[in-house]
Amino acid sequence: MLLQQIINGLTIGSVYALIALGYTMVYGILQLINFAHGEIYMIGAYMGIIAITFFIYIGLPDISIALTLVLTFLAAIIFTGAYGITLERVAYRPLRNAPRLSILISAIGMSIVLQNYVMLAQGARDKIFPHELKIGGELIIADAHITYTQVLIMALSVLMMSGLTWFIKKTKVGMAMRATAQDRRMAGLLGINTDRIIVITFLIGSILAGAAGVMISMYYGIVNFYMGYTAGIKAFTAAVLGGIGNIPGAMLGGILLGLLEALGAGYISSEYKDVFAFAVLVLVLIFKPTGLLGERISDKV
Amino acid sequence: MMLNKNNILLETKNITKTFGGIHAIEDVNLHINKGEINALIGPNGAGKTTLFNCITGFYPPTKGRIIFNGEDITGLKPHQIAETGMARTFQNIRLFAEMTVMENILIGSQCRYRMTLLGAILNDKRTKNEEREISRKALQYLRFTGLSKFANHLARNLSYGDQRRLELARALATEPKLLLLDEPAAGMNLNETKGLMELIKKIKDEEITILLIEHDMRMVMKIADTITVLDHGIKIAEGTPKEVQKNEKVIEAYIGRRRRTA
Repeated sequence: MLLQQIINGLTIGSVYALIALGYTMVYGILQLINFAHGEIYMIGAYMGIIAITFFIYIGLPDISIALTLVLTFLAAIIFTGAYGITLERVAYRPLRNAPRLSILISAIGMSIVLQNYVMLAQGARDKIFPHELKIGGELIIADAHITYTQVLIMALSVLMMSGLTWFIKKTKVGMAMRATAQDRRMAGLLGINTDRIIVITFLIGSILAGAAGVMISMYYGIVNFYMGYTAGIKAFTAAVLGGIGNIPGAMLGGILLGLLEALGAGYISSEYKDVFAFAVLVLVLIFKPTGLLGERISDKV
Repeated sequence: MMLNKNNILLETKNITKTFGGIHAIEDVNLHINKGEINALIGPNGAGKTTLFNCITGFYPPTKGRIIFNGEDITGLKPHQIAETGMARTFQNIRLFAEMTVMENILIGSQCRYRMTLLGAILNDKRTKNEEREISRKALQYLRFTGLSKFANHLARNLSYGDQRRLELARALATEPKLLLLDEPAAGMNLNETKGLMELIKKIKDEEITILLIEHDMRMVMKIADTITVLDHGIKIAEGTPKEVQKNEKVIEAYIGRRRRTA
């Protein structure tokens, strides 16, 4: 029972972590809570299902299921990446020098727009993940059932998070991102095209969220147009828990939140699953607003 | 002062900047000759930093044009201006405190190299060669400023004087033709100031033109080739240190009007 809940928690936690990364990276550079980020994740889930439906139509799964899954992920992240970049261009860049509240309102607006746009385009009913592509089978370790989908989700998440860590730490673009996060104007004066860095940040965040969307639709087998809202707030909670603006913090926060939720659901009540997440948000904001790994908020001049 | 057209690196034409109706600087014409150390002086609130901010694209001037190296750079974005060969430091230290000394310098060198997202991810041969070249140059700047032994320290752990040096090293890493220094000696003790002056002279020897704002008059008179004096946003004098020292308007601006004796 305990091991089972831990596995479930790690699965959902790694999805939260992937989404939380998008929140935390954008916050790190723009001090903006991108409330439309949950919608990008939702669009990723829809794109996954649309792509798979298309691939089934052309008979690709008969040739190779693995290839179909790879192409599905690719299709989803290309689209969510494009959505993320467009979102920044349309809703945030024109407000770059506006008061911060305006951008926040723009973000909330975009969230509503995207939700309703998907509802109109795809219908308000739940969409089902095609069963042809469900990965069957499970590992059984000491009473705990670990489905292959769960293994896939955890493995892919670890892969993406290590890839991101390498990218931020070791590459020139990653270094420019860190510099931009610390002092955007100074980075500009040193010749870094900060607008481009911001676009790259949105692109990476949206790719991670898109992949998370596909994974969750495989896991739960169902998507709807409002799924981005709860997931978004939970991922935001995860980002705050780890320390908003801090990349390892978002990963840690996501995993912890997933574990907490799974254990709470398993041992206390699954009805109250969401309550745990928001209780954590409230407690963190009251007692440690900088989060677990967050630095003290430096007063910027 | 000799004004040779071909020798001018930076020229501002009637630069004006107003903040809500207040003229921070008004019709300032500046001529900076190649290879010289120029000092910009003036009482507090004279508009020196505002002028710097306009030149480096921090904000656009309300009126006027900025010609750099024969090119009109008015209204360009800061990163574009950096690419044309201009770098600056600030009155207050603005290092990337959470990054290492080496990384701070590497950030500076970036603008001389094309960086592509794809190149960064694929880590291909061209990218690798470029990175090697950048690191080699970065080490050179570390040596030049005497910071080699701190390469892997976090910038925030350096002493005040060394942080100032690092700011200079980082600015140099952008390979500028013109270096703008905003009160580089601020907060330094006598020894540190001396070291800084030597460093500035060494930079001049590398054929980099320098424009600096400074309150330490002893330092200015010693190292500047030409001096421009601002007061209340207006240029009131320019010339060699000797000429400026004798200028009535300058004395008035600093000390006040001589009391007329009855």
